[in-house]
Amino acid sequence: MEFFIISLLNGISFGLLLFMLSSGLTLIFSMMGVLNFAHASFYMVGAYMGFAVSQIVGFWAALLLVPLLVGLLGALFEKYSLRKVHKYGHVPELMVTFGLSYIILELVQLIWGRIAVEFRPPELLQGSAFTLLSQPDGSLGFAWGRAALEQCQPLGTAICSLFPATRAFIMGVALLMLVSLWLLITRTRVGLVIQAALKHPEMVEALGHNVPRVFMLVFGAGTGLAGLAGVMGGSTFVTEPAMALTLGAIVFVVVVVGGLGSLAGAFLASLLIGVMQTFAVAIDQSLGSMLLAMGVALSAEAQAHELMRFTLSKAAPLLPFLLLVLVLIFRPHGLLGNRDH
Amino acid sequence: MTATKYYQFRPINVGRWFIWSLFALVLLLAPLVFDSSIAISMMAQMGIAIIACLSFNMLLGQGGMLSFGHAVYAGLGTYVAMHALLLLGDAGLPVPAVALIPLVGGFAGLFFALLFGYVTTKKAGTAFAMITLGVGELIFIASMVFFIFFGGEAGVSADRVIGEPFWGISFGPLIEVYYLIAVYTFLCVALMFAYTRTPLGRIINAVRDNPERVEFIGYDPQTVRYLVFMIAGFFAGIAGGMAAVLFEIVTSEVVGPIRSGSYLLFAFLGGVTFFFGPIIGGILMVLAFVMFSEITKAWMLYLGLIFVFMVMYAPGGIAGLIMMNLRLAMFGRLGELWASYLGLGATALALLVSLGALIEMIYHLQLGTAMGDVVPFLGMSLNTLDLDVWFGAVFVALTSFGLFELCRRSFSQQWAAIQTDIEKEIKRRETA
Amino acid sequence: MKLTRRELTAAALLTSALPAVPAWAQRGETVRIALIDPQSGLMGPVGINQLRSFQFFAEKFSGAGNPAGVRFEIEGFDNKLSASETLTAMQAAIGRGIRFISQGNSSGIAGAIIEAVNRHNSRNPGQEVVFLNHSAVDPDLTNSRCSFWHFRFDADTSMKMEALTTFIRGEPTIRRVFLINQNYAHGHQVARFAKEMLARKRPDIQIVGEDLHPLAQVRDFAPYVAKIMASGADSVITGNWGSDLTLLIRAANDAGYRGRFFTYYAGVTGTPTALGTASEGRVYQIAYNHYNMGGQMQTWMNEFRQRFNDDFYTGSIIHILNALGVAMQNARSTNAVRVAHAMSGLRFNSFSGPVEMRRADHQLQQPLFLTRWQRVDAQHPYSPENTGMTLALVRRFDAYVASTPTSCAMQRPAAPV
Repeated sequence: MEFFIISLLNGISFGLLLFMLSSGLTLIFSMMGVLNFAHASFYMVGAYMGFAVSQIVGFWAALLLVPLLVGLLGALFEKYSLRKVHKYGHVPELMVTFGLSYIILELVQLIWGRIAVEFRPPELLQGSAFTLLSQPDGSLGFAWGRAALEQCQPLGTAICSLFPATRAFIMGVALLMLVSLWLLITRTRVGLVIQAALKHPEMVEALGHNVPRVFMLVFGAGTGLAGLAGVMGGSTFVTEPAMALTLGAIVFVVVVVGGLGSLAGAFLASLLIGVMQTFAVAIDQSLGSMLLAMGVALSAEAQAHELMRFTLSKAAPLLPFLLLVLVLIFRPHGLLGNRDH
Repeated sequence: MTATKYYQFRPINVGRWFIWSLFALVLLLAPLVFDSSIAISMMAQMGIAIIACLSFNMLLGQGGMLSFGHAVYAGLGTYVAMHALLLLGDAGLPVPAVALIPLVGGFAGLFFALLFGYVTTKKAGTAFAMITLGVGELIFIASMVFFIFFGGEAGVSADRVIGEPFWGISFGPLIEVYYLIAVYTFLCVALMFAYTRTPLGRIINAVRDNPERVEFIGYDPQTVRYLVFMIAGFFAGIAGGMAAVLFEIVTSEVVGPIRSGSYLLFAFLGGVTFFFGPIIGGILMVLAFVMFSEITKAWMLYLGLIFVFMVMYAPGGIAGLIMMNLRLAMFGRLGELWASYLGLGATALALLVSLGALIEMIYHLQLGTAMGDVVPFLGMSLNTLDLDVWFGAVFVALTSFGLFELCRRSFSQQWAAIQTDIEKEIKRRETA
Repeated sequence: MKLTRRELTAAALLTSALPAVPAWAQRGETVRIALIDPQSGLMGPVGINQLRSFQFFAEKFSGAGNPAGVRFEIEGFDNKLSASETLTAMQAAIGRGIRFISQGNSSGIAGAIIEAVNRHNSRNPGQEVVFLNHSAVDPDLTNSRCSFWHFRFDADTSMKMEALTTFIRGEPTIRRVFLINQNYAHGHQVARFAKEMLARKRPDIQIVGEDLHPLAQVRDFAPYVAKIMASGADSVITGNWGSDLTLLIRAANDAGYRGRFFTYYAGVTGTPTALGTASEGRVYQIAYNHYNMGGQMQTWMNEFRQRFNDDFYTGSIIHILNALGVAMQNARSTNAVRVAHAMSGLRFNSFSGPVEMRRADHQLQQPLFLTRWQRVDAQHPYSPENTGMTLALVRRFDAYVASTPTSCAMQRPAAPV
């Protein structure tokens, strides 16, 4: 039982991290129609900058500073590079962000090296948020922080499962960010302008608003969100040059599955994928074992065949992309997307 | 008042015959000029890269479809061709059967394009790009998980010498494989060029420019895209099949996102708006991967920067730049720009050299301190601990950047003036 | 050792002659070795460390440092962990006249090199090359895919598992074992041999779970650790390396797992920093060398550390240079074919004592060491990556204990006259 709870929480926390990344991407896309290929690279920059800045002013200050810095970089990129290609269409825009991802990767490796760096969370977050104690009699206990060692095996009787504080923190910040983003867009004046510029940029410009500046701000905000995700993801998981490539593909899957341009869709899709991947690892059922359970008789040779022995846990990394293909076949505009995108 | 300065021959298009014969001659005679085994190996790889980039450009340049997963079709072609080679070896067929292996790869590419293309071409533009990315990642991860077909980490390998030499040819020596690839390269380039002259080749251009209008004239853009996707997959598969014969081993990186990215990068660098652009791109790709990475550790950074600047300032790529200047030459106005070009070239060179020195020194500090403090750069030895070197490089960089800007502005003015003149001349000729 | 007049004249003849090398005078010759390994990307740091190690020891073993008196020169090639790049690099090396190739990161690539070397040697007599494998441990390379031209200086997976399971046999507290590995040849082999040998030596041990995860893809090991904890395993056996090992152990510490980890690569670049103090006493490594061997090895390690600010752990490089030196002296030549014949079955001394390059499969038979992660102390002073911790020796296994049988049916070319 505690396995299920911990795994569910793990999945949700990973999904919320994905959402932080994909929300910025969705925002930029809805706004400008350009899919920022280098979004995961900004995530990486956020992680590395978090590492560098936290060594000077500490983690908490870095948490506030780094998203601003990364957002600034994003805004500068938009102003001096992306804007120039805007007139050529969407494809060159995509390509310029693609080239940017290469450049960022090389610069990061140039400055911080090719090996993973030790970006550790602060003291406060290094422990566990809470402990689930599974007693031998089947009952489930709960303790804030780390449970007393005498209760846990090998000294005590309970199996103690810790839920790391860093993950709880990710969940908290992501939810906070989602709420403030929603409030910003629907309740503030800037948000109204953004919503309008989303649908009718020329009209908004005709009404006297500086639409290019709004675009730059939105791009900066999107990349700032990626930077924030980077600081948290980098300290929780690992900060290394390959982090952009591995996470980047999944983020695009989230955005497409959720529906290009839909924030709610991105939220749903990231939770779905986060939980799916976490639980898939746990399932050791394979096609062969399922058939056997259903009563289908298989020869020993067939049982040993690779396809029959292929377990769901081995397929776990494939699942997001499989989901992508399925969604594209049966619901091409994503789960919550609009038809015209 | 100038007389027409161009030539036209009827009924034989001498220009076209000349260029294609030159191409065939270059393919034929190149190994005699560059005869070291590493050079022949590189030229064989160039042939493969040319076909792969050309097939990629069928999607991007001609169809407006940006694919982030094109390596899938070339790579799967390689895998199938490799398995076929293994089967051939077991079946004891005569050696000439190896010459058909690229075709096997081609049909495999066609098959997979048929399979995945339906889902992929449902949408266009950005959505298409994302879908190709997703499918590409799917296949890439699958290649590391399913072992029977993909061979896991060790990949699949086969021996291309499957029997006794046939008329002296066993495809063991590298030069024989080179000529096999050269023949396929020539045929495929000719076929792909011919395709651009067919109605399908033309209508896909229309789909790229205005899909809604294409619907109004009676064609379904999605069907057109699907067909072109399959043809591009076929040629990508041929490139993959040739790679199977050349390398005799295939591992999962051939379907990976980095390989797909390279096709995109170099096809674009060569120029996507002209047919021969990806040929330049393919040649550059092999040169970059094999030679540049030996020369400098910063080659990826240079590549990324060049790519971004090309997208921003020269979206036609190298082919575009060549053709623009060719147009100037045709109108006899190229000579006027020689001073500007010289100025641009000299300042750009100074800028690049100084920036290169800075980048190399930084890379060396980061990666190679144990090898001493001196970086060999263009024949000079730069001491990374010497502040004078740093100041010198920064100073040269800044001044050459300033001079470059000045030259660029005067060049832009001149260029714009010439372009307006040329437009006027064209208008005049049309009405004359 | 003084040069006789005969040897002097021979050396003079040698230096004045062109490519053809006389069959017996090799003193003062330069032997070039091509090291084809990744120097960028995921395994870049390991590859760079090994290149430096090779160059460092090439200096030490050149000239008077080896019995043949040859000079070793190392040329590094970056294969970017790709099989096709490796083949291109091989061609470039052969084109430059290099006849000794070394590699070790990735058994998949090692297999590709063996096939390429076999093909090249059969198609190009007179230009044979020899493959010196420093770290690729897939047992298949000296069993089903064995080749006369391939020599392995690392201890293969079966040998390491043999030693490890011998230790486990004597540990009554180990009752429930979980196997987690990377989903490729190396990981499969580790899992397979672990099950086989544990079943043979401790049939009472339960394998409570087995997992294969994709190589270098997983960033979040929490689900796997949750599975390990749910299974009630008291020990984990893993062949993971690099980020896969680092993240696994970190996730295990985060989740509060108190069991033991038996690993192959805890001491390799990157992992010591991640282990930190949290893993004290619970992480073990089985390898053919370790950080506190004392004597000449310790001196070398400290010197390497001072010069490169990096730790030396690829001891097989010393094996290789030792073997080449002795073989070249025995063969009185640096010709690749003669050296290969001389190395086959060679017995020589190296840093861990007397070792033997087994004739049947070209697998070096050598002692193995089981070490445990703990704080530095007077007896174990060397701390990798300045962590304040070290891998301390728990048990040494003699070569005959770690030795495993082979099924290699090697095809041997005729010995040159």
